Amino acid sequence: MELTNENVLGKIISKFGEENIWDAFSPDGIMTITTNRASIIDLIQYLYDDEELQIRFLTTMCGIHYPDHKGKELCVMYQLHSLRHNYRIRIKVFMPADDAVMPTLTNLYATSNWMERETFDFYGVKFVGHPNLTRILNIEEMEYHPMLKQYPLEDQTREDKIDTYFGR
Amino acid sequence: MATESKTAELTELEQFRKDNGLALQEERPLTTLNLGPTHPATHGIFQNILQMDGEKIVDAVPTIGYIHRAFEKIAERRPFYQITPLTDRMNYCSSPINNMGYHMTVEKLLGITVPKRAQYIRVIMMELARISDHLICNSILGVDSGAFTGFLYVMQEREHIYDIYEEVCGARLTTNMGRIGGMERDLSPKALHLIGEFLNRFPKVWAEFEKMMTRNRIFMDRTTGVGAISAERALNYGFTGPNLRAAGVDYDVRVMNPYSSYEDFEFEIPVGSNGDTYDRFLVRNEEVWQSLKIIEQAYKNLPEGSYHADAPHYYLPPKQEVYTNMEALIYHFKIVMGETDAPVGEVYHSVEGGNGELGFYLISDGGRTPYRLHFRRPCFIYYQAYTEMIKGGQLADAILTLSSLNVIAGELDA
Repeated sequence: MELTNENVLGKIISKFGEENIWDAFSPDGIMTITTNRASIIDLIQYLYDDEELQIRFLTTMCGIHYPDHKGKELCVMYQLHSLRHNYRIRIKVFMPADDAVMPTLTNLYATSNWMERETFDFYGVKFVGHPNLTRILNIEEMEYHPMLKQYPLEDQTREDKIDTYFGR
Repeated sequence: MATESKTAELTELEQFRKDNGLALQEERPLTTLNLGPTHPATHGIFQNILQMDGEKIVDAVPTIGYIHRAFEKIAERRPFYQITPLTDRMNYCSSPINNMGYHMTVEKLLGITVPKRAQYIRVIMMELARISDHLICNSILGVDSGAFTGFLYVMQEREHIYDIYEEVCGARLTTNMGRIGGMERDLSPKALHLIGEFLNRFPKVWAEFEKMMTRNRIFMDRTTGVGAISAERALNYGFTGPNLRAAGVDYDVRVMNPYSSYEDFEFEIPVGSNGDTYDRFLVRNEEVWQSLKIIEQAYKNLPEGSYHADAPHYYLPPKQEVYTNMEALIYHFKIVMGETDAPVGEVYHSVEGGNGELGFYLISDGGRTPYRLHFRRPCFIYYQAYTEMIKGGQLADAILTLSSLNVIAGELDA
């Protein structure tokens, strides 16, 4: 089977059903799909095990925050790569900010250990089952998750700055 | 057991061991040893708390984040151009690769096609950067094993590479020679001359370095079988670049997903077999030869034409034009003030960095800054495997393993 976005999507949907896989699009040639928390680990395991796909390399993973999207403020993005077929796929899971819990992927990919810690550190997503979910880049005493959009950096173009503070 | 009677009142050290899942003292007392944060052999600021049984490492807890500068957060507030200086401070041993990798990501988002000449110049610069990266890594590996001479042999050559950078862009370490859409300026005759000179001189130096190290009995004894990782574990850990290839997997981004005209050049991917420190050394050594081959081809066949794309809304014009050309001044102002928006989109682009797949994941919401920019940093991924690689070995081996993994603190923490 040739690995095109349509073929892979068809395969995944026939396995997991349309109620679990939605919003498929390919913004930059890499197919991006959205799934839910219940299916994510099974999905990645399936992509790993399937003989035709052999998607066995976790390239990267990160969190994204959309404060305006009610009920799905936080997103965790996984990007996987099939080295055999040179095929990349991106999977997203959205969740509400007050229920930022995800299952861990560390049982399958050793590399996701620190990536999950980074996501927890920056966005506060708790990965259930992670062996050592502590902050990784920031100090332990920090009480917030700094990449969330409610902690903005100062914007250079702000108009409400008081000039005297800046020597102008 | 001695530990049970003590559990009622743990000392601070024992509490630390318990919290971090380290073995409590059993029949033989274990020594807790801090390797780093500022140990000369760690080459950067990161800490390893080792549990030693004599000279043997029983367990290790790595701690990173000492120079975390929140690049991903800062990038969310910066117009696309102003992110470049953040990228070249990640892997500062090969900053042109980082810069151009980032520029190519933005070009992908904007849909800009870069002319051939600019692509070739980029290839020359990126391969020079790879040489200087590998040169440092391998010669420092020698220093860590006690062979200072090799370092002295080749360090002069890095200076010559920096001379080329200086001629091309004016800076030596944190280069900003690239632009979104091409290069800042064309290669000057002097720069071409310097590159030609480098191509003539460097092979001799590198051959001498190889002759001194590769079959050196002491060096081989110190590195063979040290810090080995199997191909399967390396893939599971997300290894890329020379460290993965040393384990026997021929994954190279330049070949698998060619960017910037890499498909035009002939070169081989050196592959090791054992994934140990010696193989990583050999793979890097050979990669330097391959890089030289690429530079030679690009240098000889440098196409004529423009060194930048015709994209005035995004390509920051060269300073000389800004001084003399009204349109250039206007566009310069607009770009620098971040008044040009990028289209809505989501893009991932990766390049073969000095030590592996360096990826940029960028989400744009149509504003003047990225909504989210995530760096896939290879060092971040290597360092978490470090614990597993040094367990059971000796302290001196741990130093060499770290050195051959080429973990750069700037990239590790970003």
